[in-house]
Amino acid sequence: MATVKVHLWSGLRRLTDGADVVTVDAATVGEMLDALVTAHPGVGPVIEAGVSVVIDGEMTTSRHTGISPDNEIYLMQRLKGG
Amino acid sequence: MAKDEFNEFKLVGTRPDRPDGLDKVTGRARYGADISAPGMLWGAVVRSPHAHARIVRIDTSRAEALDGVKAVVTRADFPEGLTGEDWNLQENTMAGERALYDGHAVAAVAATSKLIAEDAARLVEVEYEILPHVTDVDDAIRPDAPVIREGAADATVPEGSPPNVARYMEFGFGDVDAGFAEADLVMEKTYKTEATHQGYIEPHACLGQLGEDGKGDMWVCTQGQWFIRKMCTAVLGLETAQLRVTPSEIGGGFGGKTTIFMEPLSLALSRKAGGRPVKIVMSRSEVLRATGPTASASMDVKIGMKKDGAITAARAEFRMQGGAFPGAPVDMALYCAFAGYKLSAVQHIGYDVLANRPKCAAYRAPGSPMGAFAVESLVDEMCRELALDPIEVRQKNAVKTGDKASYGPKFGSIGLVEVLDAVKDHPNLAAPLGPNQGRGVAAGYWFNHNGETSVSMAISEDGTAQVSVGTPDIGGSRASIALMVAETLGISYDDVRVNVVETGALGVNEPTHGSRATFATGKAAVEATGHAIREMCRRAAREWGIDEEAVEWADGAAQPAGPNAGKFPPMTIKEIAGKMGGTGGPISGHHESVPDGVGASFGAHVVDIEVDPETGRVTILRYLVVQDAGRAIHPSYVEGQYQGGAAQGIGWALNEEYIYDDMGRLQNPIFLDYRVPVASDLPMIDTVIVEVPNPGHPYGVRGVGETGITPPLPAIANAIEAATGARLRDLPMNPPKVLAAIKAVKA
Repeated sequence: MATVKVHLWSGLRRLTDGADVVTVDAATVGEMLDALVTAHPGVGPVIEAGVSVVIDGEMTTSRHTGISPDNEIYLMQRLKGG
Repeated sequence: MAKDEFNEFKLVGTRPDRPDGLDKVTGRARYGADISAPGMLWGAVVRSPHAHARIVRIDTSRAEALDGVKAVVTRADFPEGLTGEDWNLQENTMAGERALYDGHAVAAVAATSKLIAEDAARLVEVEYEILPHVTDVDDAIRPDAPVIREGAADATVPEGSPPNVARYMEFGFGDVDAGFAEADLVMEKTYKTEATHQGYIEPHACLGQLGEDGKGDMWVCTQGQWFIRKMCTAVLGLETAQLRVTPSEIGGGFGGKTTIFMEPLSLALSRKAGGRPVKIVMSRSEVLRATGPTASASMDVKIGMKKDGAITAARAEFRMQGGAFPGAPVDMALYCAFAGYKLSAVQHIGYDVLANRPKCAAYRAPGSPMGAFAVESLVDEMCRELALDPIEVRQKNAVKTGDKASYGPKFGSIGLVEVLDAVKDHPNLAAPLGPNQGRGVAAGYWFNHNGETSVSMAISEDGTAQVSVGTPDIGGSRASIALMVAETLGISYDDVRVNVVETGALGVNEPTHGSRATFATGKAAVEATGHAIREMCRRAAREWGIDEEAVEWADGAAQPAGPNAGKFPPMTIKEIAGKMGGTGGPISGHHESVPDGVGASFGAHVVDIEVDPETGRVTILRYLVVQDAGRAIHPSYVEGQYQGGAAQGIGWALNEEYIYDDMGRLQNPIFLDYRVPVASDLPMIDTVIVEVPNPGHPYGVRGVGETGITPPLPAIANAIEAATGARLRDLPMNPPKVLAAIKAVKA
C-alpha cells in the first residue's frame, strides 16, 4: 500500500480541513475511498451519494481498480447521461 | 477518415437495413401502450393544480363508490422511512404532505375502463392550503424565497446559503485573477436558458401487475428496464428480483425515460385491486406537466482573451433549478462548459437550486447545452470585438489528447482538432450570405458513459447467432451490435439477431443513456462473442485431435494455425453448430462488466440563418454538424444521431420553453403551444463523421448520441448577431425576443 494523491473538487474543502488535494494510503480505489472517509468523515455522505473516480483521465467504477502514486486521481461528481 | 491502420472491415461501416425497421414502418412494433392483459384495469392519476400547497385532506370515498372502480391509492399506500434519492423518487411519484409543483400526483385510481378511471379521478376530493411558490431560478435562490423543503441542502452547501440551495460545487485551478490581468480583453456576461422537455413522441405508458405475494410484472416504455425495477421496488418496498420488467419498443427517450413517474402507481393499484393488471398511459399534458424536463439555468461567464485569441483565464458561476428535488445537472454543465479549451486558469462555481417545478430528468448531454450556450456565446462575442475568426480561435485554444481538462483530469484520446479542421474545410463555410442572413459557429462536448453491462449470446444449430442485450434500442443499436458481432464471427449481418430482453434474462444493465449502448453493450457483445469463438475453436481442436491453442478463428471458421497444427480444412461455424449437441452441448458466450475505455466526443456546428426583420422569425437556411464518432459502426445511425441532436438543440434555441403563469401553473402543456421543430421548419442537416478511433473499444467506438444537442444553442445566437447585430443571451430566441433585440440595436 502506497501513498496516493487525490484531487477533490474544491467545494469539498470545508469537509477536508481546507485541502482540495489530499493524500491517503491505498492500493485500490476502494481503499482510497475508505481512507478518505476515515480521514475526513464529512465526505462520507458525498461519497455515499455517488462520485466518479477518474484515474489518468479515465473514469472507473470498480473499487478493485489498482492505483499507485504514479496515477493522476480525481474525484468528480457522479457522471451520467441522457 | 479513420486514422488507425485497422479499418478494413467487411461489415463495420456499412449501412444495412435496421432489423427492427419492417416492424416499425408497418406498425407491428409494440410500444408502451400496445399491450393489454386479461382482467386489465385502467389507471388515472389525480394531479395538483397548484404549484405549492399543503395537502390538508384527501377524500376518496366518492371515487371508490363509482361503479367500476377497483382501487384508489394515495401516499398512505406507500411504505415510510425511505431516505435519499429513494425518498425523492417516492415523493415525486406521489405527493406526501405537500404538492410541490403543478401536476404533482396526489392520488391514483384504477377502474374497468379508461373513462371510468378518469371520471373517478375527478371525484377524488383534495383540500389544499395554497403556499407561496417560486419557479424562476434567480428568484428561487434569493434568501427570502419560499422554502421548497427544509433540510434539503447536502453536505456540500456552506452554512448561511439561501434556503433552496440543495448542492454547491466549486472547482478549478490556476491563478484566475492573474490570467484576467494578462488579457487584452475581458468580458463578463449573464446568460439564461429555459427548461425544455425531451419531447419524445411516445408518452409514458406501462402495464403493471403486482400480487399480494409481492411478485409482479411490468411492461413499460423505458430506456432502462433494470432502473425501472430498482426504482419501483425501492419506492414500494418490494424485493427487487420479484419484479420482472419487460421493455417495449420506445418512441424516444433522450434521458427522460431513465427514471420513474407513474410506473409504481400501476403496481400499487394492481396490488390493491387483487393483482389485476393496471395500465396507465400518460396524456401529452401529463407528460409536460409531470415528467422530467431539463433544468433552467442562469449563468455568469467571464473570459480573458489576448488580441491573438489566446484565452488567458475563465470563470463561470451557474445557477440551475431542477424542480422541487436536488439533481439539476449544474455539475456536468460546469464540467463541459470550457472542456474544449486548453486553460491555465479557470474557476467554476455551481448552485443546484430547488423550485416549484417538476423533478428534472436527464436530457441528452445533461447540462452541457446550457454551459455551451453561455461559454460559446461569450467566446463569439469576444471574437467579434477583437475581429477574430471564431473557428481559428477555437483551433488556437483547442484541447488535445493528454491535455489537462478544464475540470481537472487529463484527456484520453480526443478529436477536437480534427473536428475543427473538418469544419474549416467544409464547403458550407463558402456559401454566400444575403441580407438579414448570418452564420454562427459553436463547439460542444460530452464525456460519454460506460455503466453496468451484461450481454449473452448463443450460437444456433444452423450457425446463426442470437444476442441478448439489456439496452433498449432507440437509435439503431440493434443494427450496430449485430454488425459488430457478425464482423467478429465472420458471418453475415442477417445471420445475427439482437434481442432486447427483460430483467429476468440477464444481469443488471444500466439504461440506454450516456451514449453508451453502442460503446458498452457493443464492447460486451464482442467480448461475449469471443467466448463463443474460443469454445468453437476448442470443439474443432477436439474433432481434429490437436491442441486447442493450435486453432484460430478467421472468416467464420475454425482454422488450424501454426506449422505443427496439421492440415485440416476450415471447420465453418455452420459445421460446428450443427454438431454441437454431440460435441459438448450449447455454445454461448457471456460478458458482464462496467466496460472501461470510454471515449469522449467533441463536435462543432455551423448554422446559416435568415431573420425576418419585420417579425423576428428565424429561418434555418443551412446546418452542418461535424463530430468525432471514433468509428461509425453504422454511419446512417450516427448521422441520425447528429441530425436529431441538432434538431432538438434548434428547438431549444428558438422556441421551446416552459411558460408558467403567476400562480405557477404551466400554460403550454400541449405540443400546439410547446413548439418543437417539425420537418418543415428545418433543412436537411448536413453531417460530417470524423473518425478518431477510440483505443478503448475493439472497433474504436465513441458514443455519439448526446454531443449534437450542445452547439445549436450558441451557434444560432451567434448567427443571429451576425445577421442583425443583436445579441440574445436569454433563450428561447423566439420572434418577439428577436424583434425586440433588433429594435433595441436600431434604437
